[in-house]
Amino acid sequence: MIRVVLPHHLRTLAKVDGEVEIDVAGPVTQSSILDAVEARYPMLRGTIRDHATRRRRPLVRFFACSEDVTHDAPDAPLPNAVASGAEPFLIMGAIAGG
Amino acid sequence: MTAIRVLVGTKKGAFILSSDGKREQWSVAGPHFAGWEIYHVKGSPADPDRIYASQTSAWFGQIIQRSSDGGRTWEQPGSEGAPPEQAADVAEGPPMPKGESNKFVYDTSPKSGKPLTTHQWYDGTQNPWEFARVWHLEPALDDPDVVYAGVEDAALFQTTDGAKSWHELAGLRGHESGPRWQPGAGGMCLHTILLDPKDPKRIFIAISAAGTFRTDDGGNTWQPINRGLKSQYIPDPNAEVGHCVHRIAMHPSRPQTLFMQKHWDVMRSDDAGATWREVSGDLPSDFGFPIDVNANEPETIYVVPIKSDSEHYPPEGKLRVYRSRTGGNEWEALTKGLPQKDCYVNVLRDAMAVDSLDPCGVYFGTTGGQVYVSADGGDRWNPIVRDLPSVLSVEVQTIS
Repeated sequence: MIRVVLPHHLRTLAKVDGEVEIDVAGPVTQSSILDAVEARYPMLRGTIRDHATRRRRPLVRFFACSEDVTHDAPDAPLPNAVASGAEPFLIMGAIAGG
Repeated sequence: MTAIRVLVGTKKGAFILSSDGKREQWSVAGPHFAGWEIYHVKGSPADPDRIYASQTSAWFGQIIQRSSDGGRTWEQPGSEGAPPEQAADVAEGPPMPKGESNKFVYDTSPKSGKPLTTHQWYDGTQNPWEFARVWHLEPALDDPDVVYAGVEDAALFQTTDGAKSWHELAGLRGHESGPRWQPGAGGMCLHTILLDPKDPKRIFIAISAAGTFRTDDGGNTWQPINRGLKSQYIPDPNAEVGHCVHRIAMHPSRPQTLFMQKHWDVMRSDDAGATWREVSGDLPSDFGFPIDVNANEPETIYVVPIKSDSEHYPPEGKLRVYRSRTGGNEWEALTKGLPQKDCYVNVLRDAMAVDSLDPCGVYFGTTGGQVYVSADGGDRWNPIVRDLPSVLSVEVQTIS
């Protein structure tokens, strides 16, 4: 079970509180986690990754085990602690005012 | 019993202001979608309880919201959450919700689309079309599931399934003038969509900064209709395209007559846009954003003069709506109830609307968060609310 922390606005859209827990088939990567999140919560499609290009939206960042993994390859394996559920995968909006 | 519902989009959420036909006592509901920019909220003429909202964010992109109960509850069409047991493997189980209500992808298919061309950037170089947000949602006159969406970068989209999915009417963006379109200060946006109530295949749209276009075949082919516009801020002031049209308006009984607030100049056409003439007349400034037509008097129009293209506030710090009862040229200042000292707000292009009662109610919202109503065609004004976030759009539903 993978633990994912969504930013406030996406929790509102998905109608969830706190962390979400998802199953991921195969290697645990940014892409596989986001695929599973979007499958469970289709209303989040297009909000983290662009609908057409599947690229991360520019003001969204990813963290794992206190490390910024935003710019890691989307298919690179994430730390074992995330894969085991010991640590959450954090999706955050950039602090950019607004 | 008649009711009025004012749909307000702001920089930090949507609000619904409700009253009876007297338009004196108001209730305020909201914020809906708190913290998001709500560019536009509009109800279906065919079903007033069906309302669509454009919810946007620089962080998380575009969301389309839909209500089927007059704005009490909302949903993202077609984006119902999947049961947890299905989420891990999309290939198994019943079909998943597609979650495509916010998917606005330019059509490049060989059948209906065009190659994704470029448009002019601010500095004159060419830039590819990139979707940013939905500026305006225009529900069809006769079907609550059909809606047109004007987007940035400028293009026209349509849904026929209640906003579960969208497709581009690509003939507009594919017009040969596309590479000469350029963004205005707010981006290259398609901000106005007028549906001809007497001809279901005729649609007028306006783009900043390209100009006004018309289709007579339901959106397959388009022609620019900008003859008579003069814009000194572009190299050829009389160019076919490139004009920064801020807003156009039409009275439903006279779809041949259009009124326009351009970047500078208030204009009028009586031949469905084929030719335009200036009707700025004695306005203190002919720069502004919104323009609208009285519901009962097709020659009575309203504008809000703004000082200049860089000083986006009323001349002399006096918030004045100007009314012409002669379809332009002769204007009178409407000031009763509006601040006449030290007022430096703006009124954006989609932030004025009229109801369909008699006398006609006129409504507008400001970047300072006030929403004003006049229940007597503009003679006297009252604030419905004074302290909302900056207002982006105002629409009115008259519910009988």
